[in-house]
Amino acid sequence: MSTDAQTAPPQQRQKRSPKSLNAGQGRRGILLVSPTLALLAVVILYPLVKAVLMSFQKDSGLDKATGMFVEGGFAGLQNYRHWLLQECQTPTGTTSCPPGSLGSQFYDALFVTLFFTVVSVAIEIGLGLWFAMIMNRTFRGRGLVRAAILVPWAIPTAVTAKLWFFIFAYAGIANQMLSWVGIKPVLWTGDTWPARFAVIFADVWKTTPFMALLILAGLQLISADVYEAAQIDGASKWQTFSRITLPLIKVPLMVAVLFRTLDVLRIYDLPAILTGGGGGSGHATTSLSILVINQIRAGFNSASALSTIVFLLIAFVAFIFVKFLGADVVQRPPGKGKAKRRLLRRSPAPAEQEPIPASLEGSSR
Amino acid sequence: MTTQALPATAASAQETEHHYHYKSHRWQTFRSYLGLALIVIWGLAPFYWMVVTAFRDVAYTFDTTPWPTHVTMENFQAAFSTSTGNHFGQALVNSVIIGVVTTAIAMLVGVFAAYALARLDFPGKFLILGVILGASMFPGVALVSPLFQLFSNIGWLNGANYQALIIPDISFALPLTVYTLTAFFSEMPWELEESARMDGCTQGQAFRKIMLPLAAPGLFTTAILCFISAWNEYLLAQQFSTAVTQPVTVAIAQFTGALPRQEPYTTVMAAGTIVTVPLIIMVLVFQRAIVSGLTAGGVKG
Repeated sequence: MSTDAQTAPPQQRQKRSPKSLNAGQGRRGILLVSPTLALLAVVILYPLVKAVLMSFQKDSGLDKATGMFVEGGFAGLQNYRHWLLQECQTPTGTTSCPPGSLGSQFYDALFVTLFFTVVSVAIEIGLGLWFAMIMNRTFRGRGLVRAAILVPWAIPTAVTAKLWFFIFAYAGIANQMLSWVGIKPVLWTGDTWPARFAVIFADVWKTTPFMALLILAGLQLISADVYEAAQIDGASKWQTFSRITLPLIKVPLMVAVLFRTLDVLRIYDLPAILTGGGGGSGHATTSLSILVINQIRAGFNSASALSTIVFLLIAFVAFIFVKFLGADVVQRPPGKGKAKRRLLRRSPAPAEQEPIPASLEGSSR
Repeated sequence: MTTQALPATAASAQETEHHYHYKSHRWQTFRSYLGLALIVIWGLAPFYWMVVTAFRDVAYTFDTTPWPTHVTMENFQAAFSTSTGNHFGQALVNSVIIGVVTTAIAMLVGVFAAYALARLDFPGKFLILGVILGASMFPGVALVSPLFQLFSNIGWLNGANYQALIIPDISFALPLTVYTLTAFFSEMPWELEESARMDGCTQGQAFRKIMLPLAAPGLFTTAILCFISAWNEYLLAQQFSTAVTQPVTVAIAQFTGALPRQEPYTTVMAAGTIVTVPLIIMVLVFQRAIVSGLTAGGVKG
């Protein structure tokens, strides 16, 4: 028939083999994915490779040793030695970096970043679990709570920083509330430790909702039967929590912790705006990202070395999480060890699904 | 029956147990609602304080009355005033331009990849998923120094070069889009597509005519998430924007008041309110979709 030019081929293919509906998926799949990969290659891979190449180049500028203009050139590992071994180039040769220079701030920035990460994420796990369990228990007013909890998440980090800058101002509401209970005003954005905790406080406020929502989604998959069985067996509340709830939400919890950990490791907006990276000694809240940005004015190539170090640190932490801590982010087809989790779903398990990746929102840049 | 033969003590024990359960249930309900109230205060109190301050006369900046007092609209006028070197109105327009274009590009490109990843079987699929996930965890700061050098060489760091802001934003918007869409697509009733193809549609036709309308809510949610993430971006914008292309996040961070070295708190709070309220409205209207977008896939075993 003349009109069947379009419909005929599929029918023919169908006759040939029952699997032919999926014929040509390989080529089509690659074709559909390639624009995304090409774009990512331009916006991520190219800058990454360029940063690595730059990190092995000398910064052009006036050479402090000779007073002459240097064009740059191959630097070997000098930029990495600058940060990791604290070596600075001075007229007398290579010495350890003087206090106050950007180079000398590396280990402080590393410490501050790791401190932010560990403390923020630890508080967020605790609060997030608590929030999620409250939201899981109650049904009335859930819409209101969900809306309220999304507010900190939706506010731009820059606005969050300004908001907490106002709250933590010397005459601000935080100090006034402290004065009601007889505590003297604190220089929140000026002193070393108050400045660090101001950043952590603002970060926890903004990102606990994301953690709570991910944990809540995990909790909602646990069947009520499991808890009933535990109750019949006489499990205490703590036993129920530690032996049933925690193991059953391990995967979503670890995924949430992974996202948040990688997020705090690259923290920039909050300390940059809330405290200007300062406090106390002048750089008490300078995170690694802030140090990179500060360094860019002094030289692209040494800044590239530092940003490469930050990238490697984050990649390493992500690797640890995925490999050893069970943050199963790219979920492969159901197979080994997945069947039992499926049984615990409240609703009947849907037909075999394609592996579903974890959503990535919540990055609070 | 044997139960009838039970001694009376057992019955009363049962009763007290029942009573105990009732009491503990009530106590638990009370605690739950107390917890809910705390969560609502947690989420809304700082935001509420920003809005209240935004409407407060500058002379009463540090007033602690918990409700609006000395109400004025001056802060909002001051926020839009350009006399102190701020260009907040222009920054709002810039943020919309950057957010819309970034979202459009990420959606147009990402939708195909997400479809393939959710629906088709091809070699290297999980590697690609891993690469895209890795891309989303990429630290933005690692883009800055190479792109800064490149952009300054080709003259993109002055004037109205919006692409200098949009192109770096793709680095996080595209992975986010592909991931969220893949999660949505994986949960759709693809049997319908099979039926359409049995009825003679090509895979492309089945996608356009049957699946795309069904996918609309997921597409819409993903676009919102993508737009919010571009709207909220600060680090890259701070580095690559000019006085002309500056988005609101940068404008607010650099807000200057009439007096030097004095933070214009109330004006900044007004500007923050203007920037945040559209997002809050979006969140309130689409909260269910946003939560499903945020958590889609994150919990699938």
